Amino acid sequence: MTVTWQNLADGVALGAIYALMAVGIGLVFGVLRLVNFAYGQLIMAGAFALAISSQHGWPLWVGIVLCFATVLVLSVAMDYLVFRPLRGHSPAVMLVATFAVAFLLENGALMKFGALGKIATSVASLNRPWTLGGVEIRKISIVAVIVTVVCLFLLYLLLERTEIGLQMRAASMDSATARMLGVRANRVITLAVLISGVFAAVVAIMLTVQTPLVTPDFALRDTIVVLAGVVVGGLNRPIPATLGGFAIGFATGVLGGALPSNQSQYLPTFVFAVVILVLLVRPRGLFDFSKTVERV
Amino acid sequence: MSRRLLAYQEVVAPTVLVAVAALLGTLVSFSTQTYFTDTLVKVAIVIALYVFIGNSGVLSFGHVAFVALGAWAAGVLTVPVSEKPATMPNLAHFLLHRHVGNVTSLVVAAIVGGIAALLVGVPLMRLSGLAAGIATFAVLEITHNLLQYEEKVGPGLNTFSSVPETTGLRQAGIGAVVCVIVAFFYARSRFGRLLRATREDDAAARAVGASVYRQRLIAFTVSGVIAGFAGGLYVHLLPVQIDSVYLDLTFITLAMLVVGGSGSLFGAVVGALAVSALDSWLSVAENGTSLLGWHIDLPSGSAEIVVGVVMAAVLILRPNGITNGRELRLWR
Repeated sequence: MTVTWQNLADGVALGAIYALMAVGIGLVFGVLRLVNFAYGQLIMAGAFALAISSQHGWPLWVGIVLCFATVLVLSVAMDYLVFRPLRGHSPAVMLVATFAVAFLLENGALMKFGALGKIATSVASLNRPWTLGGVEIRKISIVAVIVTVVCLFLLYLLLERTEIGLQMRAASMDSATARMLGVRANRVITLAVLISGVFAAVVAIMLTVQTPLVTPDFALRDTIVVLAGVVVGGLNRPIPATLGGFAIGFATGVLGGALPSNQSQYLPTFVFAVVILVLLVRPRGLFDFSKTVERV
Repeated sequence: MSRRLLAYQEVVAPTVLVAVAALLGTLVSFSTQTYFTDTLVKVAIVIALYVFIGNSGVLSFGHVAFVALGAWAAGVLTVPVSEKPATMPNLAHFLLHRHVGNVTSLVVAAIVGGIAALLVGVPLMRLSGLAAGIATFAVLEITHNLLQYEEKVGPGLNTFSSVPETTGLRQAGIGAVVCVIVAFFYARSRFGRLLRATREDDAAARAVGASVYRQRLIAFTVSGVIAGFAGGLYVHLLPVQIDSVYLDLTFITLAMLVVGGSGSLFGAVVGALAVSALDSWLSVAENGTSLLGWHIDLPSGSAEIVVGVVMAAVLILRPNGITNGRELRLWR
């Protein structure tokens, strides 16, 4: 196995994209205690918006606006139609419900666009390499890292420096107490769902650069891997969740590129074996160092 | 009537439902019969899910892995020896010349499922909640990945061909009833009761001496046996391919359990039958059918969409499922 600079750059880029997905899933989990399995289908819908726009030959900005609009409308609809009525149910029921939504959206896309999918070429120019000090690195790798850092920094500012951010943190720490102290649950939840939708749209744009062919199961595998990463990192806190997403993305990115194909076909086995191992050793998450013990 | 006899009525309703489904299947044309047989196999898989998820309250996405292992075991052992070099050229030596009959292959499938569940359960049953959900999902991923590329134990990415198609209505019906009875007696045993106690109140159950870990492990193994057996039934029903025992099957069987009500055996059977009936009717309607004089011709893919909507609706309106997680009792 030889790891090249391009492998490492791919790993960092995939890690960055997965970190964004992890934050998107983690934000909603924080305020709703709900693991959104349908997150990948939001990304898929955004990617289809891009593909349709590029098929019609519309300018890039139209595609991006369309992508954001589709994902945000779907997120809000999901919140109103599914998340709200389910609020307060057991996590298992909510997880299975989002499973149903995922299945629904995937099959809706299958019916509308067919299994072969569509090609999104609008931002594919980012796939070309830049040469940095004799090393060729694809532009998207660098763009992905910059975009992720900017997104996470903006989120940090929102959470730490604004009133609503404070409320959101309070709600994810203890929803009942936060509400008693005057935090409006619906506002906080809507905001979390919207931010998570924005991140899904950003991820959709970046993923279509790497995989221009958009099929109904677009981002499904990524979501599964990210979910595993988020739980491994520690779902209860944003930073461990982000690190978990990054770590699993980095590992799959580097190993997927560096291993010969007769070994890389077993990559899922390796990755998920590590996931099981980490869960056994640290069930609350690899990066969760808080001392709280679950009480009866 | 004695209390014991009254308790036994709980096994009657699921058994009768399975029997009625099997009998209805004999009344329809041969091509429609497949839907009924398929439904009965799904009943067996959903019962496997119920034994673990229903009694423990812990979510598992991994049971289809045991279905897949059961299918692989029963399939590999029943393909005629003369066909094996052609259909599975890379098969391991000890499997190449082995051949067993139909019933033996089902028993082997059940044993393989049970052993796999036991081995997986020993480390995994210490987890609960989301960690358990993700870890069992990881088991499904690993099993899928290994069976997909490991051509020493099966056809890999190819479809299982020349497996004798012995799962007709009769075999599927008997199989489903066997699963109902096993699940019923497990749930009534002290193990089942202790496990349900841990589901209702973990701390209280520990306080009276129930080992959560041991009880979950027992249930996981029993449900692995049933899942493996169901996998054996499945491979004898239609040519199985690795993706037919993966995410879609996981989703639909979990949907069945949740729609019916995961807390009871009756719920598992009702859910499996109801969702299957809806799903099969819609797939037929996709090819054009008529109901009460109306001609219906649905676009293809609508079956999955309607099932998704129904499932989400049931979860929102009746989070404990159609049966509210109760067994059916005519007499109190």
